[in-house]
Amino acid sequence: MKRFLRYHEFYVLIVIIILAIIITSVNKQFFTLENFFDLLKSYSFLGILAVGVLIVLISGGIDISFTAMTSVAEYVMAIYIINLKGNILIAFLIAILVGLALGAFNATLIHFLRIPTIITTIATLNIYYGLLSFFSGGKWIYSLPNWFRDFSVIEVIKLVNKEGIRYGLSIVTIIWIFVLLLAFCILRYTTLGRSIYAMGGNRISAQRVGLNILRLQFFVYCFMGFLSGIAAVVHALLVMNVAPNAIVGKELDVIAAVVLGGANLAGGAGSLLGTILGVTLVALMSNGITLMRVSSLWYNVFIGLIIIVSVCMSAHQLKIKQSQRAVIDIE
Amino acid sequence: MITVLMIMSALNPTKFMKLVNFQSMAFQMPELGLLSMAMMITMLSGGINLSIIASSNLSGIITALVLIQYATPRAGSVEVALFILIAIAAGFAVSIVIGLANGLLIARVGVSPILATLGMMTFVNGLTIVTTRGYTLSGFPPSIAFIGNGIIAGIPMPLLIFIVCALLLSLVLNRMALGFNIYMTGSNWIATLFSGVNNAAVLIKTYLISGLLAGVSSLIMISRFNSAKSGYGEGYLLITILAAVLGGTSTTGGFGKVSGLVLALIILQIISSGLNLMGVSAFFTLSMWGVIIILVMAANFISAKYQLRQRKPIKTV
Repeated sequence: MKRFLRYHEFYVLIVIIILAIIITSVNKQFFTLENFFDLLKSYSFLGILAVGVLIVLISGGIDISFTAMTSVAEYVMAIYIINLKGNILIAFLIAILVGLALGAFNATLIHFLRIPTIITTIATLNIYYGLLSFFSGGKWIYSLPNWFRDFSVIEVIKLVNKEGIRYGLSIVTIIWIFVLLLAFCILRYTTLGRSIYAMGGNRISAQRVGLNILRLQFFVYCFMGFLSGIAAVVHALLVMNVAPNAIVGKELDVIAAVVLGGANLAGGAGSLLGTILGVTLVALMSNGITLMRVSSLWYNVFIGLIIIVSVCMSAHQLKIKQSQRAVIDIE
Repeated sequence: MITVLMIMSALNPTKFMKLVNFQSMAFQMPELGLLSMAMMITMLSGGINLSIIASSNLSGIITALVLIQYATPRAGSVEVALFILIAIAAGFAVSIVIGLANGLLIARVGVSPILATLGMMTFVNGLTIVTTRGYTLSGFPPSIAFIGNGIIAGIPMPLLIFIVCALLLSLVLNRMALGFNIYMTGSNWIATLFSGVNNAAVLIKTYLISGLLAGVSSLIMISRFNSAKSGYGEGYLLITILAAVLGGTSTTGGFGKVSGLVLALIILQIISSGLNLMGVSAFFTLSMWGVIIILVMAANFISAKYQLRQRKPIKTV
């Protein structure tokens, strides 16, 4: 038990459980498999991006441009599949290639020019988004092909609720789970993953140990681009239209979810479990507010309050830890 | 290098070298300028303040609410003047409270600045939506518009306010102990603590000043638009960071000057006005700004490398 108390994830879990109990007591609809599957589907987009952001944060950087990368990938993908036919694999391939290219551009700037990552990615966010809006003229795309529409409604587990309405676990959730497993394996079981933690913890020591920083930086930002590509297709599958301005502006939401899950903005710390919990927390908050029939006017007030309270809790935790460490130092 | 950039951008749009254009630029710059100063001062202390736009909106809305409620045309001119002062004070009070809350969260509780102000931004944004119910507030007494649109001796009023604030801020940063401490906490937290500075108090004051500057900008904003609404100027957030960094403020804290920021703002304003007059799309301007940041940072990096190389032979000899 004492071991659990030390983990940040434990506190997030407590907040989630308390929230879940409150929401369920107000509205029974919350605690159903149907709502659960629905949440898993609609938050898989946020979840996929959160995995990428987590890895960037672990490496000691930050990426703000991912929303723009996703928008560009989504737009290019939509134009390609509408004009040149194709299938779902090609859609993923195109989006991923675009994401990788943009991510590689970020990595080049960050590594060769030594620009702070936050500045680089704010700059590239503006470049990608500005150029996308400029060339697309802000036009929305609705006419996605039929096979694309068919793919989005595939359900892996099919169930029927009491009123006879069919529901199920969407294919989109499976994509998210696949991404989670991939990231888990990379972070946990490969030298690459451990090197990313090392680089985030202390870049200079990592360099002295002989890690190839260039390769790691490229991997981290390209992986972010790769996931942006996947998220682009997922977003198109979820909303069934493509708009240049639909995603840009949500970057802080994703970063907030990851940081709520215990990732350290200074790098070197963070876990996938924490990120999943962070995304769950964000999902519960907005879903709960809807189910509790709170006026949507109050939405941001609650989200802000919960963010403030939970970061206060984790900061307090850290302070206690540090004060304990300080005592040892003096002795 | 910054001056070179400024001369270049000034040379290109020679056709636009007209007094009217400069005056319109002088009207547009101050809001962004004040917000950028609010951002810069927190960056100097090693933090960041994402809640400036939100707090600026909320204090603008509070000012607007007081104005609409009490400073009605029926009231006498003395009363109106009094209520305008009260309204402005209320707006400032709100922004000071937000700044104080940020400061307390960061300095006393120990939340990282980006998270504390992110939470505060969402919370305050929520409050602006709740207080206005999403509507636009308008119908101010005409005298308030003077703050945003008036001209004194050929100088637009907002620019005057901006100049006064910039001078005051540079006075605080360069001549007062507080300013010195802000720089010190930004460059080395532990060393500052060990030299007997109350870091927490410095941080709280930093975020207080930041909030106050956001409050001043709200005043200009509501009087220029002659209305208040949640979500005004949301796109400014990243641009304030851009302006601060372009002006030489270090993202890790400890370095940066008001004069650099003012230069950066002038450059940005000239570029955006120039492109705007040439009929270039606003989105293209947005991506141009991104390119400019990268170019400036690249130039900084290369010149720093060059200086290092020049220094090396002396070291080895």
